[in-house]
Amino acid sequence: MSILINNDTRLLVQGMTGRQGLFHTQLMLEYGTNVVGGITPGKGGQWALDGQVPVFDSMETAVRATEANTSLIFVPAKFAVDCIYEAADAGIRLIVCLTEWIPIKDMISVRHYLDLKGVRLVGPNCPGLITPGESKVGIIAGEIAMPGNIGVVSKSGTLTYETLFALKQVDMGVSTCVGIGGDPISGTNFIDVLRMFEEDDYTEKVVLMGEIGGNAEEEAALFIARHMTKPVVAFIAGQTAPPGRRMGHAGAIVEGGTGTAREKIAALEAAHVKVARHPEEIPGLLRG
Amino acid sequence: MNLHEYQSKQIFAEYGVPVPQGEVATTPAQARQIAEKLGGKVVIKAQVLTGGRGKAGGVKVANNPAEAEALAGQILGLDIKGHLVKKVLVDPAADIATEIYVSFTNDRGARKPLMMASAAGGMDIEEVARTDPEKIIKIYVDPHLGLHDYQAREMAAAIELPQELWPAFNQIAQGLWHAYWDKDATLAEINPLIITGDGRLVGLDGKMSIDDNAMYRHPELEALRDKDEEVAEENEARKFGLSYIKLDGNIGCMVNGAGLAMTTMDIIKLFGGEPANFLDIGGGAGADKVAAAFRIILSDPNVEAILINIFGGITRCDEVARGILDAMEQVKVTIPLVVRFGGTNADEGRALLEGTKLITAQTLSDAAQKAIQAAKDAKQP
Repeated sequence: MSILINNDTRLLVQGMTGRQGLFHTQLMLEYGTNVVGGITPGKGGQWALDGQVPVFDSMETAVRATEANTSLIFVPAKFAVDCIYEAADAGIRLIVCLTEWIPIKDMISVRHYLDLKGVRLVGPNCPGLITPGESKVGIIAGEIAMPGNIGVVSKSGTLTYETLFALKQVDMGVSTCVGIGGDPISGTNFIDVLRMFEEDDYTEKVVLMGEIGGNAEEEAALFIARHMTKPVVAFIAGQTAPPGRRMGHAGAIVEGGTGTAREKIAALEAAHVKVARHPEEIPGLLRG
Repeated sequence: MNLHEYQSKQIFAEYGVPVPQGEVATTPAQARQIAEKLGGKVVIKAQVLTGGRGKAGGVKVANNPAEAEALAGQILGLDIKGHLVKKVLVDPAADIATEIYVSFTNDRGARKPLMMASAAGGMDIEEVARTDPEKIIKIYVDPHLGLHDYQAREMAAAIELPQELWPAFNQIAQGLWHAYWDKDATLAEINPLIITGDGRLVGLDGKMSIDDNAMYRHPELEALRDKDEEVAEENEARKFGLSYIKLDGNIGCMVNGAGLAMTTMDIIKLFGGEPANFLDIGGGAGADKVAAAFRIILSDPNVEAILINIFGGITRCDEVARGILDAMEQVKVTIPLVVRFGGTNADEGRALLEGTKLITAQTLSDAAQKAIQAAKDAKQP
């Protein structure tokens, strides 16, 4: 009753024994995520988090031992790309990469390889995913969302939390929330997730949180107009962003006059998507 | 990071692209010496990281070394769209028969390297894209295999280059491709690539932008960084793990998360105010980080009020409240401060700020309106 992650998710955490990795693995375990192992080369054979989670030297041995189907990458940019290839080659079908500042060239090569192999990557530079009540893979705080039938897809982190929390305040729950990240080249785009929400029986309405840069929102608008039967509410961040400047996220930049919030909002409205002026309007637009 | 024309052309030359044999001068006397060495007519070109140099009087032709010195004197010190000219490139003047455009860039939508070329060279390519998009030919490059020779030939044919120039064009296209790919460029552009009167291809002007995320593996490019072209406050912010961009308004912003930081700016504008900056404080928000953010925001004299917008997820709002109070011991903040907490432990965070002069808010819209009002009140005591 969700997309991408659920009770059947068997998760390996790459780079688990670092400070962030341990901290967030503990939170995922407390939330109920089935974390079946961690990978740190040179630490294989140890147990982490008071003996709760076995550590492996490589993805290959870990996948063979645990039958994991999903991996989460908590590794700095210099090493994260190697982790993505290792996960894909070990047979993982869903890779979630939180790492920020991965070079664009590396992502172009990674994405090309994963497309040939049929492996899905979510991220990089994203907060991960949560299917409330079942599983969370990443760093989204578990308590800010409740189970329900609204699908959320977003390029942003805290802005998404803001929306999840606003929905919870008015007793609106979420089927799955997917943070696709704010990099110019991502593993998963809006259309991929919209298609999954459209096909998911449990999801009834969708919230799309976009931002300036690129034309993924415009392409999403075309997809919605042609293929979505479920209502979509959107918000676009960066209406006041100056052109030519990267607004924190590597992909959030208005270049050569394109990628502006105005164009994106116009495209979405043309596809009959209700566009909120600010995130606090989203619950009301979902009701209406 | 953007490279200057002379830096980009130097890199292209290393990859086998023929470019004019000019040199850089920082004084008119140096420009004269270079012109004497080159002999004949020269072009004096301002080296600034912005477009429209020609229109701003930053590119001039000199007939002899004395003229080169005089013209360099006019161009050095010019202000071109806020960029002070400190260097000029002195190139031999070219005999231009035809101007072509050629570049490599990343196509975000297709997620592939993209080669573009056009017979309409020498012009602003974004303008050509708007008015005559069919004049720009696009070919995607397989990232694992690189540019095939046949693709370069197809491109040469598509832009109607004479057949005898195809081998030379292929060499230039391959050189530019390798420069783009090896150097982690997001753009490598020759505009114009000219055909000279005697039928040779020469890269007359060049531009390169390098992916900031990849700078760690390019110390040779880091050495080319022009510190004069960067904003001191933005560099200072980066040292503390903050992302800061200065704007023109009067409401300073301190927010956790880039998307929420943009949204905070937008909502200030929506309620009739003007944001003074974008500032993403990142994950966690300890006293030192908040203090650094205060110092950077307050270094802008236009700021009349500050709006702090924190959404607590894993980072709890009460921790952030303590960070703010500690930071205010380090940095004297005399202008009004509006704090809005949402999410984990927002109530506890607000409670900690009670009894201080800080203004608290529950919702984002409420916070924006309070900050705008506070800035107005501060102006008219």
